[in-house]
Amino acid sequence: MVGSSQGSRWWLYVLLTVALVAVIAPFVWMVLGSFKGEGELRQVPPTWLPESASLDNYTQLFSKLNFGQFFTNSIVVAVVVTAGNLIFCSMLGYALAMLDFKGKKAIFIAVMGTLMIPGVVTFVPLFVLVANAGLINTLPGLFLPFLVSPFGVFLMRQFILGLPRDLLDAGRVDGAGELRIFWKIILPLCGPALATLGILTFLGSWNNFLWPLVVAQSEDKYTLPVALALYSTGQNSTNYGLLLAGATVVIIPILVVFLIFQKRFIEGIATTGLK
Amino acid sequence: MTAQTGTTGSPAGPVTPPPVTAPGRPDTGSSRGAGDGGSPGRVGSARRREGRAAWILAIPFCLLFLAFTAWPVVQSLFMSITDTKARDLRHPFSVNIIGLDNFTKALSDPTFRKAAANTAYFVLVGMPLTLVVALAAAVALDKGITRFRAVFRLGFYMPVITSIVAVAVVWRFLLQDPGGLINTALGWFGITGPNWLGDPNWSMPALIMMAAWRNFGTAMIIFLAGLQAVPAELHEAAAIDGANAWKRFRYVTMPLLRPTLLFVMVTTAIGYLQFFEEPFVMTKGGPLNSTISLSMYTYQQFGFGNYGLASAMSYIIFVVIAIVTALQFRLLRERT
Repeated sequence: MVGSSQGSRWWLYVLLTVALVAVIAPFVWMVLGSFKGEGELRQVPPTWLPESASLDNYTQLFSKLNFGQFFTNSIVVAVVVTAGNLIFCSMLGYALAMLDFKGKKAIFIAVMGTLMIPGVVTFVPLFVLVANAGLINTLPGLFLPFLVSPFGVFLMRQFILGLPRDLLDAGRVDGAGELRIFWKIILPLCGPALATLGILTFLGSWNNFLWPLVVAQSEDKYTLPVALALYSTGQNSTNYGLLLAGATVVIIPILVVFLIFQKRFIEGIATTGLK
Repeated sequence: MTAQTGTTGSPAGPVTPPPVTAPGRPDTGSSRGAGDGGSPGRVGSARRREGRAAWILAIPFCLLFLAFTAWPVVQSLFMSITDTKARDLRHPFSVNIIGLDNFTKALSDPTFRKAAANTAYFVLVGMPLTLVVALAAAVALDKGITRFRAVFRLGFYMPVITSIVAVAVVWRFLLQDPGGLINTALGWFGITGPNWLGDPNWSMPALIMMAAWRNFGTAMIIFLAGLQAVPAELHEAAAIDGANAWKRFRYVTMPLLRPTLLFVMVTTAIGYLQFFEEPFVMTKGGPLNSTISLSMYTYQQFGFGNYGLASAMSYIIFVVIAIVTALQFRLLRERT
């Protein structure tokens, strides 16, 4: 109880702290559990701190179950998808926001019209398309369909519309080519929008599940969520320690990235919601 | 720097769209070229150059978009009226057109109906729960406390960024009976928790609980941005007029929060209508089909090679999403 204005709220702090503990607890339990042995994980009641911590689950994950490969696949796909979105969506976003050309309206309507179409609608014909192109069970099959997104165009266009048009005219007066203006003048100003798009795209790709589940058909092409889901419903479904270690490997890297960029993350979310 | 700082910057920033964007939308281009006077030849060639540059910028996106979004959307509709099976993969147009048979088949399939009912259950209970928790957290963080705001915001948002698959694996252990963390915690209060994932009556509530836990952070962040845009003077004026905290929330904050609420409701509903990973990992749709969802059943039909039927089912999901979205727009727009 500090002052009356502060003291009257102490119960709210207690309530929020309890809620925070409840929200965080599953992660803490997951990480702690990944160091426990099978016997301890089956104890009733469950323990919090490992009685004898060991890295056995992790060594097994990477030596016997190939999680290193899944991790690499996830990274490669996420990086390529993110790069594609940053480049292609900002290019079109700029054209739609600042340039005048034949077919502009048609492109805009087509792209915005698909903004709300859920992934489940396209995935069967997309599978047929990718299968006929011979890309099933390949890394390109995993990333090609996601290189561009209507949402990315929307985000970039909205942001570039907010930049002053004088930039464009100044560049032209200086004799810069149209593409040079985009690359040298406009793109460097798009930092915040590119950061938001990059973060959201990487996250979406890292956590994507349905598409890699149908495209990656042999172990060497699995991404982390696919491997984890198939192990948890297949032969390793009762190997608790292994599954908790696997979940930790999926969650912790992204959590670390999140904690580093958390301010931009959260601002990005708030912005996408209100624009 | 300008648009993104809204959440922490000026309180009136985020809800109203940034003013700079407004004029750009309707008049891009139309005022140029035509009005510029000058020599028509130079203007013409400049416009041509601009058009060419624009197309160079647009082409990579357009090709990828046509191949991987536009074409599948069209083909999906075509497939849904054919009897396409996995073995027709190489010859997608040599299949028979069977009209609306797939749709009638899906709608009269008891498992599909069960999946539809489960999905409705998930959305109708899960969405309000998620939004109420999110709004409560947002109000508490906005007005209730002054310290550690960033810590709570960060913590509550954490589950959002995690993989649903990984989270579902962890929650399967948390929900175990006996020995799961949740039933152990309930035991401290003398409550005997149910066998969550093994009991058809409790399996869906368990999935909903997990979905709310994972997703309320997004809604909370967006609500927070909306709340911070409510001018403090309005609250002060209402307080002087004798309105208590609840009345101020109900009659000052809520009406101004309506666009935010609409956005959060629409996006949450779209996501929840497609829920898939949770039953896939935690229950495989069971027990007794109590958690099978529309997306999951569509995926199963795809797995059986019934591509035509799966396409029809996915279109039904799409139509439901479109209707639900339109309804929400109507409901929340009308009263403004």
